[in-house]
Amino acid sequence: MNPQASGYNFAYLDEQTKRMIRRALLKAVAIPGHQVPFGSREMPLPYGWGTGGIQVTAAVLGADDVLKVIDQGADDTTNAVSIRRFFARTAGVATTTRTAEATVIQTRHRIPEQVLREDQILVYQVPMPEPMAKLEPSRAETRRMHGLADYGLMHVKLYEDIARFGQISISYDYPVMVNARYLMSPSPIPAFDNPKMHRMAALQLFGAGREKRIYAIPPHTDVRSLDFEDHPFRAIRAPHPCGLCGAEDSYLDEVVTDNRGGRLFVCSDTDHCAERRAAGLVGGDGVAEAAE
Amino acid sequence: MSEPRLLEASGLTLHFGAIPALVDVDAELWPGEVLAIVGESGSGKTTLLNVLAGRVRPDRGVVGYRTPDGELVDVHAMPAPALRSLHRSDWGFVQQNPRENLRMGVSAGGNVGERLMARGERHYGDIRAEALRWLAEVEIDADRIDDFPRVFSGGMLQRLQIARTLVTHPRLVFMDEPTGGLDVSVQARLLDLIRSLVARLGIAVVLVTHDIAVARLLAARIMVMQRGRVVETGLTDQVLDDPQHPYTQLLVSSVLAA
Repeated sequence: MNPQASGYNFAYLDEQTKRMIRRALLKAVAIPGHQVPFGSREMPLPYGWGTGGIQVTAAVLGADDVLKVIDQGADDTTNAVSIRRFFARTAGVATTTRTAEATVIQTRHRIPEQVLREDQILVYQVPMPEPMAKLEPSRAETRRMHGLADYGLMHVKLYEDIARFGQISISYDYPVMVNARYLMSPSPIPAFDNPKMHRMAALQLFGAGREKRIYAIPPHTDVRSLDFEDHPFRAIRAPHPCGLCGAEDSYLDEVVTDNRGGRLFVCSDTDHCAERRAAGLVGGDGVAEAAE
Repeated sequence: MSEPRLLEASGLTLHFGAIPALVDVDAELWPGEVLAIVGESGSGKTTLLNVLAGRVRPDRGVVGYRTPDGELVDVHAMPAPALRSLHRSDWGFVQQNPRENLRMGVSAGGNVGERLMARGERHYGDIRAEALRWLAEVEIDADRIDDFPRVFSGGMLQRLQIARTLVTHPRLVFMDEPTGGLDVSVQARLLDLIRSLVARLGIAVVLVTHDIAVARLLAARIMVMQRGRVVETGLTDQVLDDPQHPYTQLLVSSVLAA
């Protein structure tokens, strides 16, 4: 536990606001994949940095929770460090970088490699909650399409991809059908992570601060990536082992190491990689864990 | 006429403010029949079409549609999802301006395939084969399938719109001035195409046009409208060769002989 800073309500937001967000969350959980409007507040960070996710986290956080924040899989980037410290100060909650120890995980652009449990909550930061935003400019029309489950347009986009490129060319923010009813944006996670959403044991909450929408996937809910029968969904991953821990099943970041075309592929999930190295696994470019 | 009617409307009345757009209009349509609605601009033709298609709600009157199971449903009392699914499978709507119906940023094949995908087709190869078949049907070259509609000519756009509409084999198609804005030779080819497709597939059509020649060529029956009222109705040849109402006489006599 950290000492809570004085002058703030627990977890920054006032109690009325948290109640309002919790009501939206309850409705979102009751209608999986449906976007629920909520009165998004100004937060002390800019839009696009996780204002939606941070409000959802504030609303679900309790004094006993252990918070983990990741950005592109990493615990040590500016965004992740700032948000983790924000809640350490305003809520006084314990924080961690270990996936297994966390009860609430706020994430931007990744799902942890480790399988999540029923007592964990995954909070996503969402820039654009409407999956058809790029195809149909009118929000009134997309709402009508959701209401009537009229999702032919989204398949037209997939058709166009195959006609032009020979394959579905969406590599992140790959649209999914939730509970065989609502089309949903999974936030800009790589398509590689989509299968992890399917029947996940943890509760998944999505907050879009600028667009003022909340949606959710309750535990153990069906989540299917859109595809064609003759062009099934494929989770794409760089065809390399992790350079540091040797993992061959994790999502990789490509790191440029010099000006002569040097490349290093490493796990994007830093905690996953660190735990594997701590267990003695070493990749082709790594050094045995001893100095640290 | 023992066969049940496909569409039957009675007592349709609609005012736009003080302007009567429709006054007590009755209409009926049998399966496979082409009905033309003619009249000058502002006579309520397009309004009637929109009311029949369930797009505009009348002040009074009922529009009944007989589903494939033989049940008569009230188009304006239907829940929105049911009407929407009717519009994307059983019915079609061909606009005067194809740009309103087509997606200009989507390839020709995607445009034709959209209704199939909306209906639940999920096999890319089948959708593409069907799109190719329909492009051939409306005389668009197969190698244009991945081109965008914005590089198509006006006549091609209209043919593409027809392919997109007919791909789900609708039983009833509403057409609003399908040949408007096209030059005469393109118009002739398009009319020929519509006539052969409609006859071969047995599609019922409600056709709105101000062009008497189009009505004579395509329609079996005709309704003449003036200021929101139907002034004369009957078999096309009968009405056009022996017009009874003064307005119809005026309309027929004002056609330029080629």
